[in-house]
Amino acid sequence: MKSKSHIADTHKYNFNYENRVVLKNSGIIDPENIEEYIGVGGYKAWEKVLTQMKPMEVVEEVKVSGLLGRGGAAFPAGLKWSFTAPLKAEQKYIVINADEGEPGTFKDRLIMEGDPHKLLEGTMIAAYAVGASKSYIYIRGEYTLCISRLKKAIVQANEYGILGENIFDSGFNHEIEIKIGAGAYVCGEETALIESMEGNRGTPRSKPPFPGVEGAWHKPTVVNNVETIANVSAIINNGADWYKTLGVEGCYGTKVYTIMGDVELPGLCEAEMGTSLRTIINKYGGGMKNGKQFKAALVGGAAGVFLSNEMLDVKMDFNTLKEYEAVLGSGAILVMNEDVDIVEMLWSVIRFFRHESCGKCNPCSNGTTVLYNLIDKIRKGKGKEADLDELIRISEAMFLTSFCALGQSPLMPIKSAINNFKEDFLTKIK
Amino acid sequence: MKTLDELRKIREKSQQKITLGESNNRVKIVVGMGTSGIALGAREVMKAIIEEVAIRNLTDVIVTQTGEKGLSSMEPVVDVIEDGKPTITYGNITPEKARKIIAEHIVNGKIVNDFIVTMLN
Amino acid sequence: MYEDILKKYSPEKENLISILHDIQNSDPQNYVSEEAVQEVSEYLNVPLSHIHGVLTFYTMYSTKPRGKNIIRLCESPPCFLKGSENILKKLCEILNVEVGETTEDGIFTLELCACLGVCGNAPAMMINEDVYGNLTEKKVEQIIIDIKGRA
Ligand SMILES: Cc1cc2nc3c(=O)[nH]c(=O)nc-3n(C[C@H](O)[C@H](O)[C@H](O)COP(=O)(O)O)c2cc1C
Ligand code: SF4
Ligand code: FES
Repeated sequence: MKSKSHIADTHKYNFNYENRVVLKNSGIIDPENIEEYIGVGGYKAWEKVLTQMKPMEVVEEVKVSGLLGRGGAAFPAGLKWSFTAPLKAEQKYIVINADEGEPGTFKDRLIMEGDPHKLLEGTMIAAYAVGASKSYIYIRGEYTLCISRLKKAIVQANEYGILGENIFDSGFNHEIEIKIGAGAYVCGEETALIESMEGNRGTPRSKPPFPGVEGAWHKPTVVNNVETIANVSAIINNGADWYKTLGVEGCYGTKVYTIMGDVELPGLCEAEMGTSLRTIINKYGGGMKNGKQFKAALVGGAAGVFLSNEMLDVKMDFNTLKEYEAVLGSGAILVMNEDVDIVEMLWSVIRFFRHESCGKCNPCSNGTTVLYNLIDKIRKGKGKEADLDELIRISEAMFLTSFCALGQSPLMPIKSAINNFKEDFLTKIK
Repeated sequence: MKTLDELRKIREKSQQKITLGESNNRVKIVVGMGTSGIALGAREVMKAIIEEVAIRNLTDVIVTQTGEKGLSSMEPVVDVIEDGKPTITYGNITPEKARKIIAEHIVNGKIVNDFIVTMLN
Repeated sequence: MYEDILKKYSPEKENLISILHDIQNSDPQNYVSEEAVQEVSEYLNVPLSHIHGVLTFYTMYSTKPRGKNIIRLCESPPCFLKGSENILKKLCEILNVEVGETTEDGIFTLELCACLGVCGNAPAMMINEDVYGNLTEKKVEQIIIDIKGRA
């Protein structure tokens, strides 16, 4: 009965639920029914912090777990909370960064669509830890399903008394509100996001002061990514020591990797931090599509790196990749086969930055245009070898002088594309 | 508004509902309704399943929704959950395929091999 | 004219982005008119220039009338790798427009956008609030025919 080869192959695809932390319930429970979330142990951690833990103990637990921010910069979450928690202020905020604009990234969308209450629970715990009575979830405008599911989840949590005033007689009040974006990649940058939340153009503010000290409406504001926060309830339930059994030294827990491009089974997997590119492609991505050869992977989105096959066995975690002058970023992995021209791909990456530069500072708004013109020339076969040095030189200058990290981002993909795939460029230049 | 005790009771009760437990339902059909699934036709699949369950008057079947499992290329995805049997996940489901699953799997107990993505105990 | 929308929000600047979304979505031509800007400006007590600044900053807004249906085709690297350029060519051809233009019958406006977060089904596009994935030239042709049929 089970002899057909199709089943033999796909039968093995087990979705890896046993290793999942943040996406444990996505694809299992009904995201629009709070009782299903409660039924799989939801809001147990919330109950635990309210009834058994002091705010500083929560901060400490997350700090000890070593949880790193999943928005790209890998800043330790517990440390971030510990800056804001002791501040005396009439109002503090938690802001959840659900702007998810990094091309190739859709992990936060799956969390919000599939398990919105997990995000709410983590948000409340963060709020309790730092003493914030109000949180905002800033969601990009294109994510309409996330917006409606989260709105429903908030209504339900209020109805159940999980949110609101004097929650479970603890004396703690909390309110969560959704804010919506309107199509601008730069709004994922935390200070631009705050500007946008306040009803302004989403251009970055200068740091310092950091949002943790002076953020939304000038009040102390902790900004965390969706995936970061979705880890929190599991850490509280199972303890920091448990969390540190997952992943690799210094980068604990799981990572949601999104896999796409020339693989058989594009999609996403949640695996331990430090899983190799080869494993991600073969085990979770179903291998290379149509048996083609692997050529490159763009890891970390547009603000990422082009990796060659020499990197297939390197651990995909924040620290290891840094040793190789690479980045994990958002965990997006775009796989390219032997037929792909890296010049074309770099052109597409630079076009993205040119379009998304917010125009606030010259190095980036002019720089991205100059980069685009150069790569466009090379693409059309009108470039010189010196143009390659020029691409690197300009993106290095942008790295040093741009106002925010967007203008610093083109350097990584440009340098890695040219260094690792020089042949592709030279072929076009001849 | 619920108290902590009530919350704990919901937890116990709904834990049973998920495993079907003592409820009268024999089968639970779960349609993946994330953006990818919907983009590839999950709404139409859901409609077809609800229609078919109603036409056949299958009173011991419940139909619900869930988010994405993460295998974009296999969307729309449909789970069939029965007590004491492996959960079957079907992939690339269309309304026609969904009707076939109801006729063969739900009514006649014959798993539709061609559409299976995975079987989990 | 926009009272019904405005009264859903407290008169604070932080609601501007949501108000503009609602106004645009309520307009059959999918844009925010100058009258709307005036009314919002009065309601929120923020200068007209601020609202114009916001409208031009975000790609989802338009200050010019558009078609009944807004097609937003993703051009980010993952969709580009999977052939979004061919889909674009096809769309331009069947709609007989360039990027940014509205069809003669006013049914469609064609736009490009950045990653929509459905890259596992690249190439992808949104039409209004609906996402379409695994696009092929044949598939987009059918999608356009279907929507035209409903118009
Ligand atoms: C141009 C730009 C875009 C960004 N986009 C996002 C985003 O979409 N989501 C996100 O969580 N962080 C994004 N970030 C990072 C945020 O600024 C910030 O570091 C993050 O939200 C902090 O959360 P974490 O510590 O939990 O990672 C972006 C940064 C830059 C410079
Ligand atoms: S670096 Fe670019 S995105 Fe950042 S402020 Fe300057 S122009 Fe804007
Ligand atoms: S790159 Fe097109 S949807 Fe993500």
